[in-house]
Amino acid sequence: MDKAVRPYRQIPVYLRYLINTALLVILLAAGSALLASGTVNRAQSAVILQIGIYALLAVSLNVATGYLGQLPLGHAGFMAVGAYTAALIWKALPGKSLGVILLGLLAAGLLAAVFGVVIGIPALRLKGDYLAIITLGFGEIIRVLIINLPGVTGGTPGLMNIPKHSSFLVVYATVILSCALIHTLMKSRHGRAILAIRENEIAAEASGVNTTFYKVLAFTVSAFFAGVAGGLYAGYTGILTPGNFTFMTSVNILVMVVLGGLGSMAGSIIAAGILTALPLALQSFNKYRMVIYALLLIVVMIFKPSGLLGRYDFSLTRIIEKAINGRLFPRKGKAGEEHA
Amino acid sequence: MLFLSQCINGLQLGSIYALVALGYSMVYGIIRLLNFAHGDVIMIGAYIAVLTIGAGVHPALAVVITILGCVMVSVLVEKVAYRPLRSAPRISLLITAIGVSLLLQNLVQLFFSADTRAYPSTAIIPAKAFDLGGLSLSLSTLVTIVVSVGSMVGLHLLIQKTRMGKAMRAVSEDTGAAQLMGIDINRVISITFAIGSALAGVGSVLYCCRYSIANPTMGSLLGLKAFVAAVLGGIGSIPGAVVGGFAIGFAEVLVTALGFSAWTDAVVFAILILVLLIKPSGLLGKGVSEKV
Repeated sequence: MDKAVRPYRQIPVYLRYLINTALLVILLAAGSALLASGTVNRAQSAVILQIGIYALLAVSLNVATGYLGQLPLGHAGFMAVGAYTAALIWKALPGKSLGVILLGLLAAGLLAAVFGVVIGIPALRLKGDYLAIITLGFGEIIRVLIINLPGVTGGTPGLMNIPKHSSFLVVYATVILSCALIHTLMKSRHGRAILAIRENEIAAEASGVNTTFYKVLAFTVSAFFAGVAGGLYAGYTGILTPGNFTFMTSVNILVMVVLGGLGSMAGSIIAAGILTALPLALQSFNKYRMVIYALLLIVVMIFKPSGLLGRYDFSLTRIIEKAINGRLFPRKGKAGEEHA
Repeated sequence: MLFLSQCINGLQLGSIYALVALGYSMVYGIIRLLNFAHGDVIMIGAYIAVLTIGAGVHPALAVVITILGCVMVSVLVEKVAYRPLRSAPRISLLITAIGVSLLLQNLVQLFFSADTRAYPSTAIIPAKAFDLGGLSLSLSTLVTIVVSVGSMVGLHLLIQKTRMGKAMRAVSEDTGAAQLMGIDINRVISITFAIGSALAGVGSVLYCCRYSIANPTMGSLLGLKAFVAAVLGGIGSIPGAVVGGFAIGFAEVLVTALGFSAWTDAVVFAILILVLLIKPSGLLGKGVSEKV
């Protein structure tokens, strides 16, 4: 082979950020324009909002399940904490200003994160299965608390007349910002430490990773964004009842993460989209929905335990880079040339 | 006298939890799996009893069919869903167990609707009560306690005195070494599931005779509480499961008697979190040091 290997041209970092930001802004603008123009009816726009909320829930659970490799089963609990926090703040503060909305969502995330730390520290000292059970117990305790504190939460009948702050722009701007934050966290050295713990906890510890700190960090980040998603959910439905946050809700989110791929953000979002839209599109499907979810969980675990997308994550700039280097469709036998 | 009758109440509930907790503990001890579907096997048992007695089968025979049904479901689940994942990461196995639990619940819901059904408890154990000097003791309470204690003693003898029991202890101690000694691992695991679910079947009959209802989701909370009992006693430890079961039963009856019945579930889970904080290995469990 006397032919010189061409250098792999890369897109400068600032240009990557520009491309991605521009694309997301266009996406947001197009989405709100579409909704404002009235081409989608109310039911469809409700589905679109739900997809955004569930996508954020799935992405946030993915931080703890896919990246950290733990199995929390009380995600609905964090969601409930966030939802009730945001709802109470929004009910107390009149107006629809950006400040009020942000305050509600931030407070929702922060309080959920506090719960995440409190639950995470004892739970993460223990191995695998105990975390599942302790978070499951936590989710149930939160629900019992909501039912038994009617003065604050409205009890079993629920909390009503919550201002409906979750417009398309609010939901999707929050989802995109959250995903970007989680993405940058995972690409930073802190994210690498979290991945190292998933791969091999003992080896990570031996390499100087503070495993307890990073486990609690990942768990707290997961709780924070679940809380934010809960806040969005409160602003979307306008009514919160304890029945919204049962174990089944946690399992629904888990199904999305498992199906999409443990450790793939794109997978979580796609699975959240499909699994949210499907029951609404096919009414007759609803009867069999849970049976199919259950079968999906078992079948995916037996035949493709990494989920549909595995750990693959979609990257537009990577595709552009491949295209400008003429390697979008690598020929067989030249795989060795590929740069990682 | 009220105190004494509450104690008997706690003893009845505790012995049911202990029976179910034994199943959790045995399975966890042998393949380190938290078998979420265990509670739902109890629910299946309840439906089998409702259907067979409804079809006119003699109650005694119905109880036998219930226990056999539970064993068959459990062994089938182990063969189909858990066995292919023997060498998979723990998280996959756990997710599968959740899937199996959901599947059983929703299949029953699909075929028999989500409605709560009346359980023919008086057909199995007649509603009789003995008067012990002002203290009323129902026949079902007596039967529950006697049958539970009998099953536990039987299980203890099985595990400590028989060849199969020895094999089970060996597999739980070190699966690889047990295999090298010529123990058929898969057979031992199947038998462990069978014994655990037979106990669940007995627990199902006793539980339903206490509450007289059956619905598709009845198993999940019962299962979770029994699991808490197993953890409290020390998971993987047989006497631990019994001690934990009675402790949870008494705690629940105590909280209800004090007038906080809406909080019983929260208290049970709070106990779990406290145990895991203070003594993660449980009351009778042995601490496991990590091998590198």
